[in-house]
Amino acid sequence: MGKITGSQAVVRCLQEEGVKTIFGYPGGAVLDLFDALMDSDITNVLVRHEQGAVHAADGFARVTGEVGVALLTSGPGATNGVTGIATAHMDSIPLVILTGQVPRPLIGNDAFQEVDIVGITRPCTKHNYLVSNVDDLVSTLREAFHIARTGRPGPVLVDLPKDLIATKLTYPEKTPIHLSCYQPTFNPHPVQIEKACRRIMRATRPVLYVGGGVILSNSSKELTELAEKLSIPVTMTLMGLGAYPGSQKLCMGMLGMHGTYTANMAVAESDLLIAVGARFDDRVTGKLADFATNAEIIHVDIDPTSISKNVRVDIPIVADCKNALTAMNKWFDAESNFKQTEQAGRLQPWLALISEWTAKHPLAYKDNNDSIIKPQYVIEMLHQLTGGQAIITTEVGQNQMWAAQFHKFDYPRHFVTSGGLGTMGFGLPAAIGAQMAFPDRTVIDIAGDGSIQMNIQELATAKQYSCPVKIAILNNGYLGMVRQWQELFYNKRYASTIMDVVPDFVDLAKAYGAVGLRATTKSEVEPVIREALATNNIVIMDFKIEREEGVYPMVPAGKATTEMLLV
Amino acid sequence: MKHTISVLLQNKPGVLSRVTGLFSGRGFNIESLCVAETLDPNVSCLTVVSRGDEAIIEQITKQLNKLIDVIKVTEINDKEYVEREMILLRVKAEAATRAEVLRVVDIFRGKVVDVSAKSYAIELTGSASKIQAVIDILRPIGIKEIVRTGIIAMSRATKTK
Repeated sequence: MGKITGSQAVVRCLQEEGVKTIFGYPGGAVLDLFDALMDSDITNVLVRHEQGAVHAADGFARVTGEVGVALLTSGPGATNGVTGIATAHMDSIPLVILTGQVPRPLIGNDAFQEVDIVGITRPCTKHNYLVSNVDDLVSTLREAFHIARTGRPGPVLVDLPKDLIATKLTYPEKTPIHLSCYQPTFNPHPVQIEKACRRIMRATRPVLYVGGGVILSNSSKELTELAEKLSIPVTMTLMGLGAYPGSQKLCMGMLGMHGTYTANMAVAESDLLIAVGARFDDRVTGKLADFATNAEIIHVDIDPTSISKNVRVDIPIVADCKNALTAMNKWFDAESNFKQTEQAGRLQPWLALISEWTAKHPLAYKDNNDSIIKPQYVIEMLHQLTGGQAIITTEVGQNQMWAAQFHKFDYPRHFVTSGGLGTMGFGLPAAIGAQMAFPDRTVIDIAGDGSIQMNIQELATAKQYSCPVKIAILNNGYLGMVRQWQELFYNKRYASTIMDVVPDFVDLAKAYGAVGLRATTKSEVEPVIREALATNNIVIMDFKIEREEGVYPMVPAGKATTEMLLV
Repeated sequence: MKHTISVLLQNKPGVLSRVTGLFSGRGFNIESLCVAETLDPNVSCLTVVSRGDEAIIEQITKQLNKLIDVIKVTEINDKEYVEREMILLRVKAEAATRAEVLRVVDIFRGKVVDVSAKSYAIELTGSASKIQAVIDILRPIGIKEIVRTGIIAMSRATKTK
């Protein structure tokens, strides 16, 4: 085989990894790469801002389970991507980010558009590389994909100097990747599985606390089997929504700061908390000293650092969630002392107590005035009119929490939201990424009037690539979540949360070649959504909602999760 | 509680900053840090001394293990071990104190490595407590400058019974 350039090798490597779509923005340092891409079958989605590129690749990865790829130029191109990279890192999303770098002889000399992106992204990537030897180029890219998608997934950045990708090389044959220092533990220890299962059999008030790890490891089926076999009620984190069907009887909804009354009470009263692919985030636990004080804890996670980081764990199981859940299901199937009907009978009092909590304080909102729109009603209508089949992305803030609470997610990989980092401006580019992956499905970005403006420029990207994403703006003229905190904890002093000037979103839609619709009363909500869903174009739905509506239940920061403010 | 952790790393650019970045980013403390190549030039050994309760040290070792370039993490204090630190001191040595300084150096099995009319430069190795002792004794005489390497440590060989 003859020699090819580094750029051609990068493209070939992407093809070898099965990449069909990437998200990028060109610049001086990556001219060669974009040129080489033109000769391939890979589509580059030209975004309007590099943050959008990384979020779009992230959205693509979340809905497909594949590695998302972004290609950015050196300097500001790379730094603009950092928020996107950190977002993916916090939520363990597999990405490979390729950045251009100045030619090797100039590195360190403050060259034009030079930045130490490997240094900058060290704490917010799973791993990163500056390729300094052309013979390492292909093996580094293969390693990057391997590291991004295996173990606890995450973003991997590869920095490519301009002169290096212009250098010729012989493309190496693909060989199995073996990294002696990177060996995630995929299979659970049988002793720990047995210990956990025996403990579960003794539990009288067990709770399954399920996080994004179950989605990432595609183990919703195994989780559902375990929950139903054992009649154990399930609560999910923001990242876990959809792992267990939201409309099933055992589902208690989300837990934590804006979790349901039922979920938070169940965790507090539980005698056994079975955490699967979750990491005891502060938004879930509230005041640590008062979290699940009556419970022993089983924790399944592929990342040992997550175990006993915030909360002491009694039975740790380091493994891929799918393997651990499968092993647990098999254990119960083989155990002669375990009878599904007996188990269901044994947990009956616990499930009855849970039903009581739900009856006492269901997720609710006051909806007694037809001249105004309640945001929760919009979410319910979106859920109803799409049959729960749409991919929902969100921005961050009240819009995100209402979506998490009032849209019942019945399937995994249908809810795309920035959980750990809480990145405003995530939803629109993520929706574009999701729509690129599934052109025929309905993709809806649930947004606020504040956060939609953070990456509004991506409307042009959506238009250029015919991504008919639907954007539901819950427009209250405030930065609503911060305003809610100011209302509750700062004596209603609304410092810098009033957005007096926002664009006319209907006109804005038109300017971008999209369709703009507006609803100002409750009765207009349904026709607007119906029209949007029937339109094969980008639609912005501007819902003028009740301005000072809050997200409830709410656990004030630093309080125990049983100290909920209710509607 | 003080802990000495020994880390084998890939000897590549940027690896040390991954380790130090992890400590600063997660609020772990570094009391001393020492790093150099091993017999295998592709591998370096880093000895870090940190303080924290069991939970923190457990997190430190887990987080270090999670770094892709880390090959092995050993908590030295778990077993029998030897630790050494080297120190260079420049001590005032005027007529009245020259003999006294030499006596102290002798007692602590140090070496004079540089001499001037008014000072001695002394090289000394030992455990952290020995190093502290020599500093305490020489301080009243007048230490003009000190440079310490930080602690290196090694587990003792398993004894056959």
